[in-house]
Amino acid sequence: MNNSEQKNNRRDFLFTATYTVGAVGIGATIWPFIDQMNPDSSVKALATTEVDISQIQPGKSITVLWRGKPVFIKRRTPTEISEAQSVSLDDLKHPEKDKDRVKKAEWLVMMGICSHLGCVPLSDKGDYNGWFCPCHGSHYDTSGRIRKGPAPTNMEIPVYAFIDDNTIKIG
Amino acid sequence: MCKISKIITNFLICFFLLTINTFSKDIELPKENWSFKGITGKFDRASLQRGYQVYTEVCSSCHSMSLLSYRNLGEPGGPEFSVEQVKAIAANFEVTDGPDSEGEMFTRPGRPSDKFVSPYPNIKAAMAANGGAYPPDMSVLVKARKGGADYIYAVLTGYTEAPVNFELEEGVYYNKYMDGNKIKMSNPLSDDLITYGDGTKATEAQMAKDVTTFLTWAAEPHLETRHKLGFKVIIFLTILSILVYFSMRRLWSRINSEE
Amino acid sequence: MSEHTYTPKSKFGKWFNDRLPLLSLASHLTEYPTPKNLNYWWTFGGILTFCLLSQIITGLVLAMHYVAHADMAFSSIEHIMRDVNYGWLIRYIHSNGASMFFLAVYIHIFRSLFYGSYKSPREIIWILGMIIYLLMMATAFMGYVLPWGQMSFWGATVITNLFSAIPLVGESITTWLWGGYSVDNPTLTRFFSLHYLFPFLILGLVVLHIWALHVPGNNNPIGIDVKKPSKDTVPFHPYITIKDLFALLIFLIIFSGFIFFAPNVLGHSDNYIEANPLVTPKHIVPEWYLLPFYAILRSVPDKLGGVVLLFGSIFILMALPWLDSSKVRSSIFRPLNKLFFWVLVIDVLALGYVGAMPAEGLYLLIARLGTIYYFAHFLIILPILSRIEKTQPLPLSITEPVLTGMPKTELIRSDKRDV
Repeated sequence: MNNSEQKNNRRDFLFTATYTVGAVGIGATIWPFIDQMNPDSSVKALATTEVDISQIQPGKSITVLWRGKPVFIKRRTPTEISEAQSVSLDDLKHPEKDKDRVKKAEWLVMMGICSHLGCVPLSDKGDYNGWFCPCHGSHYDTSGRIRKGPAPTNMEIPVYAFIDDNTIKIG
Repeated sequence: MCKISKIITNFLICFFLLTINTFSKDIELPKENWSFKGITGKFDRASLQRGYQVYTEVCSSCHSMSLLSYRNLGEPGGPEFSVEQVKAIAANFEVTDGPDSEGEMFTRPGRPSDKFVSPYPNIKAAMAANGGAYPPDMSVLVKARKGGADYIYAVLTGYTEAPVNFELEEGVYYNKYMDGNKIKMSNPLSDDLITYGDGTKATEAQMAKDVTTFLTWAAEPHLETRHKLGFKVIIFLTILSILVYFSMRRLWSRINSEE
Repeated sequence: MSEHTYTPKSKFGKWFNDRLPLLSLASHLTEYPTPKNLNYWWTFGGILTFCLLSQIITGLVLAMHYVAHADMAFSSIEHIMRDVNYGWLIRYIHSNGASMFFLAVYIHIFRSLFYGSYKSPREIIWILGMIIYLLMMATAFMGYVLPWGQMSFWGATVITNLFSAIPLVGESITTWLWGGYSVDNPTLTRFFSLHYLFPFLILGLVVLHIWALHVPGNNNPIGIDVKKPSKDTVPFHPYITIKDLFALLIFLIIFSGFIFFAPNVLGHSDNYIEANPLVTPKHIVPEWYLLPFYAILRSVPDKLGGVVLLFGSIFILMALPWLDSSKVRSSIFRPLNKLFFWVLVIDVLALGYVGAMPAEGLYLLIARLGTIYYFAHFLIILPILSRIEKTQPLPLSITEPVLTGMPKTELIRSDKRDV
């Protein structure tokens, strides 16, 4: 009696161990098949891009491609800067100070992607002289902050740095 | 009956083995003791770094390595140059980029993400510059030759005087290990041709060894990961099969004791 | 499957099963009575199922990164090998997987030959298996073209040129296969498309193959009919599943040895040189698993004759159940058949060996003798053998030899065949 009980316990242990080790193996096998869809090392290596901004006139903007998405680089006029700085935080759906969104007040570097569903907004359009997304009618101000429409947040600021006065490195 | 069948079978097996032995007559390559051979093989980092130096200073004037990027030089399992070193190496090369906003192509210093710059714009240009012989791209050269690393090393060190009656055309050199003993590349290596940064004496054999190591890594950049992972996988599978074996015995003991 | 009367316990299970009898199917598959004396040569069916699924899954992944264009195919493979996360692993599983698949299928086929599994009532299983094998060869061949190396290109050129041997329409067929006047980008893209399709055809045929198997049930090493279910059988799950799993794990250890420590030994180094239509490699050889057929092809000094023999060597196998008329299945009780089985194994190995060698001198002679023997085996030896052979007495049930190792004399029935 006692003997057969012991035997049963040992059998349970053996089967449990086999199942567990097998499950670990299956889990470990699945990982490479998931990870292969993540960005590969050649994509990751292209994560930075350098942009020459010496040719941009005040009030004008350029759009560059970074990680397959548009980045707006806008040289703002003094009026646009003061407009952006004078807004009270209480009026904002997503409160952010303009000075937290720029490194130099004259230059706004921003992902050109509407935070609603990923369309590219049109510049110098909309009720706030900033950007207007034609897809679902979101209005952004001269700091790229959401003021009206369905978009939940301001347009995103990418990681960037001024290498010198004429060159920006994005990423 | 049984005897006859055995005799016939044995005869056939002997015949089969004999044919195999008689006809394997490839040229023996000298076997080097590579650090990356074997199931735990790893690359010798210093040798890889020196090998890269040999490639850039000697081979790269004719041979491209178009499948590699400068960033690869800093990746784990390779020469493992530091991030700064890789940036500096890349910046030494002029890369054609563009078109810019005016539609013109321009050159700029290389970045780690750039592919190795090729010495010729295309294969035709490479052939024209080398008397009609295309210096093969070296990215996967080690895997593209029978004998692999041993073969590359043998050819690099196999330049000798041609036997007396051996006819060589203009621009063709004698090599012990090249197919047909004729090669269109002159001996690329000689003692002290370059000065190693780490102070190793640059003998012909040393350079051949280093550049072969480098080319082996270039052809198989994940070799170290592969060996390490393979080790784990096989140990795991062994443990699991032992467990399954005893589970199987346990299960089948029910059946076998029923009778 | 028809004799099954399975009723699910839960109400929902019953409702569902009445509409789609998946639970009945699952119950059939787990309880499927299997002869208890199956040896490890019978585990290759399960191993082959694993191989097929593994090739399909890794293939789907590779297709996410591969570019089917003559200018980019070679470098996109290297992109997979270098940049894609675990790309090298998945590609080596796929390329070595093809070899392991064929290794397993050859063992599976030779097992069937030895134990007479192709005989009545299992002829349809055998023919379906042969169609699967043909499709496997086509799939493997087209897959080998995709890396667009020198062997890919010249292998494709040589094999597609086989069709030009067909009288009158041969040339047009070859041009049609190529989509041009030589193997080029259109050929590559259509091969990619078909390489993607064929595994799913194979999968469908495998379902039919197993279905056809489950009608009469498994053959077994003794080769006599087994009453099922009886004390001679065990339920498929867990007894056979765990045995198959154990064999699969051993197989995986060997497979891993290739993937991790010798991933390129079964391939040809020339395929790491990008395709060049101006230069033919010195020796064009197919992958090892096609070498015996390649030897047969080259042994005939006539273009059409070689092609006819090549295809004949495969189609002749489909007629095997009728060429071998012996009522006794297992070669254990057929001493002469056993002898000639091993001669055939050696013959095929020898053909494979000379297939890798240049077609000249002694190699050519061996290839010709090997080819003659191959056809003689099926067309002359087996038909005569199955009529004149004196077979050994068969046991009455498989239980006896399983338990004692030797059949008990009182249970042995005499061989009823009239000679």
